[in-house]
Amino acid sequence: MTDSALATNPVPVAPAATVAPKITVRDLHFYYNGFHALKGINMDIPEKQVTAIIGPSGCGKSTLLRIFNRIYAIYPKLEAKGEILLDGDNILDPRYSMNRLRSKVGMVFQKPVPFPMTIFENVAYGIRHHEKLSRKDMEGRVEQALRNAALWDEVKDKLKQNALGLSGGQQQRLCIARAIALKPEVLLLDEPTSALDPIATGRIEQLVEELKSQFTIVIVTHNMQQAARVSDQTAFMYLGELIEYDRTEKIFTKPGKKQTEDYITGRFG
Amino acid sequence: MNTGTDHIIKSYDSELARLTGEIVRMGELSVTQLEAAIDVLERRDERAAQRVVGNDEAIDQLEQEIGHDVVRLLALRAPMAGDLRNVYAALRIASDIERIGDYAANVAKRSIPLSMVAPVAPVHGLNHLARLAAEEVREVLAAYSDRDVERAYQVWKNDVVLDEAYTGYFRQLLTYMMEDPRNITPCTHLLFMAKNIERIGDHATNIAENIWFQVTGEPLDKQRSKRDLTSNPEITKLGE
Repeated sequence: MTDSALATNPVPVAPAATVAPKITVRDLHFYYNGFHALKGINMDIPEKQVTAIIGPSGCGKSTLLRIFNRIYAIYPKLEAKGEILLDGDNILDPRYSMNRLRSKVGMVFQKPVPFPMTIFENVAYGIRHHEKLSRKDMEGRVEQALRNAALWDEVKDKLKQNALGLSGGQQQRLCIARAIALKPEVLLLDEPTSALDPIATGRIEQLVEELKSQFTIVIVTHNMQQAARVSDQTAFMYLGELIEYDRTEKIFTKPGKKQTEDYITGRFG
Repeated sequence: MNTGTDHIIKSYDSELARLTGEIVRMGELSVTQLEAAIDVLERRDERAAQRVVGNDEAIDQLEQEIGHDVVRLLALRAPMAGDLRNVYAALRIASDIERIGDYAANVAKRSIPLSMVAPVAPVHGLNHLARLAAEEVREVLAAYSDRDVERAYQVWKNDVVLDEAYTGYFRQLLTYMMEDPRNITPCTHLLFMAKNIERIGDHATNIAENIWFQVTGEPLDKQRSKRDLTSNPEITKLGE
């Protein structure tokens, strides 16, 4: 960490120092329409682990997640300052190709949004954008993605059916399949289960546990029990600042900051 | 950590407060039982001793209620951080108090055969031990009620006084038994009773450790000197 970063944000940047960071955030500030939404964020996101970001509405957690794949860049008057290093390269640098970034960083949103096409095409669509594969290879690739998303057994006999006919939980797993079909290195999950019932939620959480051996996962969630269940480390944000970042076990048994304790114990006024 | 801020859901606060209240009530009952046990011993009142033994059920009942409340809180509130440690500590402390109640009832139970034989002088020595133990339990309950780690630590540290008193009493009883074999039966009962009271002190230190963990999130891992030396072979060489 640079001296200036230390001065602006003394929160420890990495709870698990033994694991190499996949993403390194340094002195990150974000503004939209003049509003200072993120204020000097510094954090290391370890490779092939699950990092949860929690905090009340408006704290900046989804904003932070969305900067990791520069989705903000499609809107005007949004500005990010600082550095986000993905494997050492600053993804905020305009010279960093958006295509390269999107192939490395996949994202799944709160509400499952399958494309209005077949289940097969939903997964194949993104692959076609990046690679030219034979029909056989494409079929193998789609099957693998659906298997990884724990959806294959449920859809293997109806791949030609419209994806909109799937249940909410299946649609969300399809979106995960669509994201991981591109073989990204990082998977961003923005409240991926908030629209799902407990059984579908359990399946997604189980999936996250399985996927972390292949991907670096960052999950934003309002459900603190979910953060406790699925993540290795947890970041607590409030009013655009990173208040505390530590091992999940520590955050939920003995947080170091009163604000964190108040939030996770339901005392936040 | 008690952050001093109320929960957004008010009934959560009242449930946690109820848990604390139940622990304190259970603890007070156990001290009352210990004092009553010593009282019936000195008065040689068999009927009253039976009542003390019977009253232990109230403590057991409270422990069950606390267990029920803890399970309910865990299931319905999913407590985290300081709240989780609060609930966890309550369960452990209730178990220690239940044991304290058992030991007090044991003292009362042994007072019954003692009241059937001629009085022996060292009976009065037990009173001193019991007062020390009762004071320890009272102190640790106050520390629990106030979440006062320093007060809890003092109880934990000062249990050595009770241990030393117990060792001294043990030697005293050995002397009486060696002096006159007719003292052996009553002194053996007193020996067991003294050991029960010494164990009450150990449970008070367990409670202090749980208060420490509840408040700080860390185990109380300082070294505590143990002065119950009765397992030392040198003690039984007395008078040789």
